[in-house]
Amino acid sequence: MCGIVGLFLKDRALEPHLGALLSDMLVTMTDRGPDSAGIAIYGAPDPVRAKLTVQSPHPGRDFENLEHDLGAAIGDKVEVVVKDSHAVIAVDPEWLGVARAVLASIRPDVRVMSSGETIEIYKETGLPKDVVGRFDIRAMGGTHGIGHTRMATESAVTTPGAPPFSTRARPGPAHNGPPFHPNHLRPELVREGMTFETENDSEVAAAYLTAEMARGKNLGQALDGAVKDLDGFFTFVVGTRSGFGVLRDAIACKPAVMAETDQYVAFGSEYRALVNLPGIETARIWEPEPATVYFWEHEKAA
Amino acid sequence: MPVIDLAVTPLRELNQALHDLTSGSNDTHFEVINPRGNHAVAVGVDQPVTVDVKGSVGYYCAGMNDQATITIHGSAGPGVAENMMSGTVVVKGDASQYAGATGRGGLLVIEGNASSRCGISMKGIDIVVHGNIGHMSAFMAQAGNLVVLGDAGEALGDSLYEARIFVRGAVKSLGADCIEKEMRPEHLEILAGLLDKAGVADARPEEFKRYGSARKLYNFHIDNADAY
Repeated sequence: MCGIVGLFLKDRALEPHLGALLSDMLVTMTDRGPDSAGIAIYGAPDPVRAKLTVQSPHPGRDFENLEHDLGAAIGDKVEVVVKDSHAVIAVDPEWLGVARAVLASIRPDVRVMSSGETIEIYKETGLPKDVVGRFDIRAMGGTHGIGHTRMATESAVTTPGAPPFSTRARPGPAHNGPPFHPNHLRPELVREGMTFETENDSEVAAAYLTAEMARGKNLGQALDGAVKDLDGFFTFVVGTRSGFGVLRDAIACKPAVMAETDQYVAFGSEYRALVNLPGIETARIWEPEPATVYFWEHEKAA
Repeated sequence: MPVIDLAVTPLRELNQALHDLTSGSNDTHFEVINPRGNHAVAVGVDQPVTVDVKGSVGYYCAGMNDQATITIHGSAGPGVAENMMSGTVVVKGDASQYAGATGRGGLLVIEGNASSRCGISMKGIDIVVHGNIGHMSAFMAQAGNLVVLGDAGEALGDSLYEARIFVRGAVKSLGADCIEKEMRPEHLEILAGLLDKAGVADARPEEFKRYGSARKLYNFHIDNADAY
C-alpha cells in the first residue's frame, strides 16, 4: 500500500503555502500508510548556505552544543535549528562534505536525512498528522515537495527506514509498491560508491537515480533508464533541486493521479489527496501512463 | 428527493439509507454531493432507484449494483461498478483501473477514457467506453460485451473466454489467444443495440472491428505452454 503525494509549484505566490498544502495532501493519505511519514521540502536556494538535515534518537544529548562543537571542528560558522528529533545544520556549501564527515565522528548516533542547497527531509514513525505537527511542516514555504506515508511491508518500521530518501546527491524519491527486487542493483551501486543507511528499496531507487545523474543525466533521463533497469511494481515521485518527476512501472497497478493547473503540478496516490488544492475543479486531471516519464523543471516552467 | 452531502454525512449513513430501501419505497431519486474522491460511494444498492453523484469518487463506486441507475458526474477511481449485477452506471468523466471488473450484468457507460484492465474478468456486463481504454483490458473476460469508441492499449483480451470486444479505433496489441474476428450481421445488431442503450449517436456499428477468443487456451495443451 503506502501513499505518495507531491506538489511542484509554478506560481511563486503559492510558495509560502507549500508546507500547508503538502501537509493536507499527506494527512489525507493516512489510511494508505499509518506507520510512518516523511516529507521532503525544497526551499529557496541560498548561495551562501547549504543544509544538512539530521535526525537523532537522542536529540537532547546530540543537538545540545552541536552548533559549537561542529563549528569548532570544521573551523567555520555553522547554524543549527532544532526541530523535534531533527536538526537543520546550515554551513558554507564548500564545507558541506567536511561537516558531514565530522558529524559522523563527533555525533555517531546522528543520521543524515538530506544534504543539499535547498532540500530538507523530515521523517518519523507515527501518523502523518503527528509527524507533520512535530516538525511544523505547515509553516514551511518552498518551491516543491514530496510526502510519503508508509505501510511497512518489506523492512522495519523505523525512522530512517521511512521514505523519502536522499542520497549524497539530490534526488529524493518517494516510492510506492511492494519490494521491486532491489538486491541485484544494490551491490552494483555500492561498487559505484553509494552508501546505504537502511534496507529499504526506496533508498536503492534514490541511489540508482543519483548514480545515473552523476554520469551527467538529468532527472528525466535517469528516470528513462529506470524503466528498463528496475524490476517490479513501483511508482516514483522524485524531486531534485529544481525538478520534479513521476514514473510508474510498465504494469502500473499502483494507483496514481496527477493534476496540473497554471499554478502547480500535483501528484497523489488517490484523487482524494488533491481535492483541497486551489482550482482543482478546473485542473487537468489524469492518470500517468505506465512506463512513461513525466518531468518538470523550474527553469523551464517559469 | 433526498440530497446527501458527504461533507457532513458519514459515508456509512448514505450507504445504509440506500440499503434500507425496500420495493415500492417512496424515495426513488437520491443526489449525493461533495463526494471528494471518497471510496465505496453508493455500493451495494439493490433497488431500481436513481442516484446522481455530483463530483469525482474514489475506489469501488457503485460496486455490486443491482437494478439502480447510478450516474457519476465526475471521474471515478479504481473498480467502478465492480461486480455489477444489473442496472446502469454512467461515468461522465474518466474511470481508473479495472472499471466494471467481474461484472455479471447491467450496463456501464464511461463517457471519458478508461484506464488499464477495463472489464477484467467480466462475466456478462456490457461496458461502453466513449474514449480509449488502457492496457490489459478484458483480461480473462468470460461473457458480455466491451465496446470502445476510441483506441485500446496493449494486450487487449488476453486469455479471453467468450466476451465480445468491439473497438472502433486502433488496438495497440492483442493479448494471448485474442484475435480479430469477422463482423457478422448478428454482431452488428448486438453492437447497434448497445450503442443505442448507451446513448451513442455519433458511431455506426460498421466502423468497429470485433475481437474474440481463438479458443486455443481453454484446455491445457503442452504446445501452448509459453502462452499461459
